[in-house]
Amino acid sequence: MTPAAVRLTGWGFRHATRRAWAVRDVDLAVAPGERVLLTGASGSGKSTLLRALAGLLDPEAGDPAGKLTVDGAVPDRRRQRVGVVFQDPDSQLVMIRAGDDVAFGLENTGTPPALIWPAVDAALDAVGFDLGRDRATAALSGGQKQRLVLAGALAARPGLLLLDEPTAQLDPGGAAQVRTAVLRAVDARDATLVVVDHDVESWLPLVDRVVELLPGGGTVEHGPGWRPAPPRLPVRQQHSPGEQLLAAEAAGYTHRGSGSAGLRPTDVVLRAGRTLAVTGPNGTGKSTLALLLAGLRAPTTGRVTAGPALTAGLRRPERPPHRWRAADLVQRIGTVFQQPEHQFLTGRVRDELALGAGSTRRAEELMERLGLAALAEANPFTLSGGQQRRLSVATALATAPRVLVLDEPTFGQDRETWAELVALLAEQQDGDRALCLVTHDAGVVTALADDVLALGVA
Amino acid sequence: MSSPLALGPARPVPLSAVNPVAQLTAIVVVTVVLLVSGDLVTPAVLLAAELALLPAAGLTRPGDVLRRTWPLLLSAAGVAWVNVAFGSLSGAAAWASGATWALRVVALSLPGILLVASTDPVRLADALTLHWRVSTRFGYGALAGLRLVPLLAAEFETIRLARRARGVDAGINPVAHARLLASTSFALLVGAIRRGTRLATAMDARGFDSGTARTNARGSQLRPLDTGFVAAAVLVCAAAVTVSVLTGRWDPALG
Amino acid sequence: MADEAVRPLDTAPGTSSWRTVDIIVTAVLGVAFGVLFWLWSLLYTAATPVFVGFPPSQAAMYGVWLLAAVVAPLIVRKPGAALFAELIGATVEALLGSHFGTTVILYGLLQGAAAELGFAAFRYRRSGWLQALLAAALAGLAAALLDFHFYYPDWTAGWKTGYLALVVSSTVVIAGIGGMALTRALRASGALSSFAAGRTRV
Repeated sequence: MTPAAVRLTGWGFRHATRRAWAVRDVDLAVAPGERVLLTGASGSGKSTLLRALAGLLDPEAGDPAGKLTVDGAVPDRRRQRVGVVFQDPDSQLVMIRAGDDVAFGLENTGTPPALIWPAVDAALDAVGFDLGRDRATAALSGGQKQRLVLAGALAARPGLLLLDEPTAQLDPGGAAQVRTAVLRAVDARDATLVVVDHDVESWLPLVDRVVELLPGGGTVEHGPGWRPAPPRLPVRQQHSPGEQLLAAEAAGYTHRGSGSAGLRPTDVVLRAGRTLAVTGPNGTGKSTLALLLAGLRAPTTGRVTAGPALTAGLRRPERPPHRWRAADLVQRIGTVFQQPEHQFLTGRVRDELALGAGSTRRAEELMERLGLAALAEANPFTLSGGQQRRLSVATALATAPRVLVLDEPTFGQDRETWAELVALLAEQQDGDRALCLVTHDAGVVTALADDVLALGVA
Repeated sequence: MSSPLALGPARPVPLSAVNPVAQLTAIVVVTVVLLVSGDLVTPAVLLAAELALLPAAGLTRPGDVLRRTWPLLLSAAGVAWVNVAFGSLSGAAAWASGATWALRVVALSLPGILLVASTDPVRLADALTLHWRVSTRFGYGALAGLRLVPLLAAEFETIRLARRARGVDAGINPVAHARLLASTSFALLVGAIRRGTRLATAMDARGFDSGTARTNARGSQLRPLDTGFVAAAVLVCAAAVTVSVLTGRWDPALG
Repeated sequence: MADEAVRPLDTAPGTSSWRTVDIIVTAVLGVAFGVLFWLWSLLYTAATPVFVGFPPSQAAMYGVWLLAAVVAPLIVRKPGAALFAELIGATVEALLGSHFGTTVILYGLLQGAAAELGFAAFRYRRSGWLQALLAAALAGLAAALLDFHFYYPDWTAGWKTGYLALVVSSTVVIAGIGGMALTRALRASGALSSFAAGRTRV
């Protein structure tokens, strides 16, 4: 395995279906064995560049400009010199068993079977995956899955390893596992590494250089001491705790047929004017707690009760939230799911907002406030990640609920959209409303939380 | 996963020793015989033989059997009931006819269930591509697509909850239920196509579309046991038909 | 852009070069419709009493089983898409255990092949309303003929004609019109960006 050299001269690319250039005027030279972090605002073309390096960009699908070579040759469909890892582990694992998945790439290139399994074992070892070849891929955690994907990319001993935001969908523990695995894998400098990510801080210790792609074209090389500017955090107004809106008393949840508890009995109180952050490692039941508080699931032990402010106007106020009619629920508790697409009901942004708001005037107001006015006629599924997230928060706010529950609101966001979203949520923190944020993101906790509940800490 | 279409790595059970293509051949033989028999005896004999194979497929506890076969049993019961209640025959003849149909349904579908219970999908793809020369791109492409199914099942539940959070639930109104089901299924289909597209890219990144002839890391062997299995299937079918003819019930209706 | 396939523009719709994304998405469609087919066959069995006055009228429910054969070629636009999708859908339906047993696989194969003819007649170059309706009608014809052979060989010509008309109407409406509407809704959601044949710049 010899590391590959990468060279781009004045390179650019325009997709056939877009008028604007995705990337322009990129000059970049990566020496064999070097480790480079490629960063930049969303829309600056980082992913397009990475795909071009991987040979995944069909020249017929657009107009390339300039030159791009890997080891002096244009990256082609045979792609044997390149290993790629993308964001979503579930969209990259092909086989049912771990070992088979790592072998998949080797099978594709016609490797004789006798040579495959030793290479598989070597790759699994290189990433520190010690669960064995026969482990079911469906039973792995996010960090384990991504490490398996990495092993699959390494099995053919590529000269160039490309990572496209590999930790974006992982919790901090899994992300750290993956970064360690990457470091181990390229330790001997026998592969060139190019990482595309907007989370610069985490990757800085592992790379030699940082190159930023500018949205208008061109690149900026950052020196060794460079740190990205910290995000501007919104000015918070602290409110004193108001009335009790929702309370969970020893609420726990156990999945049917499973012995272990999904969520151990927990006490939570949500008061008007306060923001609660729920943190903890994966598996401790954070999302389950969010579902219990939001009235979407019934606790198997303990109970969740709503205070008088929420039960006012209900026909059967003694019923717990999970027994409320959906129409009653949405007026009182707004929930924002991890994947905004799961909550879209209509074919137009305007209609999505009108559905909750009840009046077109209020819907228009919301659109203006959240910067979605230009997208009013667009199909929600076609929006970018940040726009979808804003729309999803907007629809939860449309009914003016007293309680807002958000599950991983900053999941998969880049720096700009993260800052926008945090500012947006800070605006919602008024004296009347309670927010509950389930999150891994320490930045969100610092920026927004008044109280913190850490699950899973013994 | 407790589902009729569970797609986990199967624990090796005795029936796993039989190569999947041998099982498929046996299924074809049995299906043809069942399709041409309109009487009660042939399906009964074949069903008995299939039931005898249940332990070999690792389905020893009634709970396991039920989990995998409940859709089939539901269909069979439905068929029987429809024929008894609304068919043109009445009395004992109606029951016999209903029983025939029901037995036939179960006998036709049970071999498929035995196959799924005893065969790892990857081994099935291996056997089909190596022995029956199915195109590797289609075989493993279909396999990769199938792997997404359990993920979709989990997503269905999440989407349902997400809709309740938006204020949409069905209550008791069947029309509202149908609309909710349609809208949830649509969202699921969009998600499935998106995921499939990303999966295709990842597969191509690993050389799936490179045009090189694929090798197989696991291989698939055909052994005397497999020939024996198919021969046994043929024999059992012959025996079933013989018994049917001898008891005078043989009725070579088609369908 | 990260969602697009390696060859996002189908620069050769209608040629027999299947891209990986074509195969995977057809498989996914096949499985999704297979589950739908199975649910529908349960419903069909349960709804039989409703049609007890004139059992052949239950053919009005037929169209659903042909959705895969129409929607897959409309989305993927490759020869054999109808056949592949119906085959997978029928296999899933058979495995889940339907009233019709493993005969559904035979039905799936023949219905898929018939739908293919509807697209092949235009050399696979177009996938619009005409092709969808024609494919649906041909698939319905195949299904009705199979039914005559397996279930109703003793009917009079009059009854058979009536049944045929009902089946074809059901497939044209549900699978043809419904399938086309579903495809358009999917296209509007942007999920089909990898199957774009257009080169209009936005």
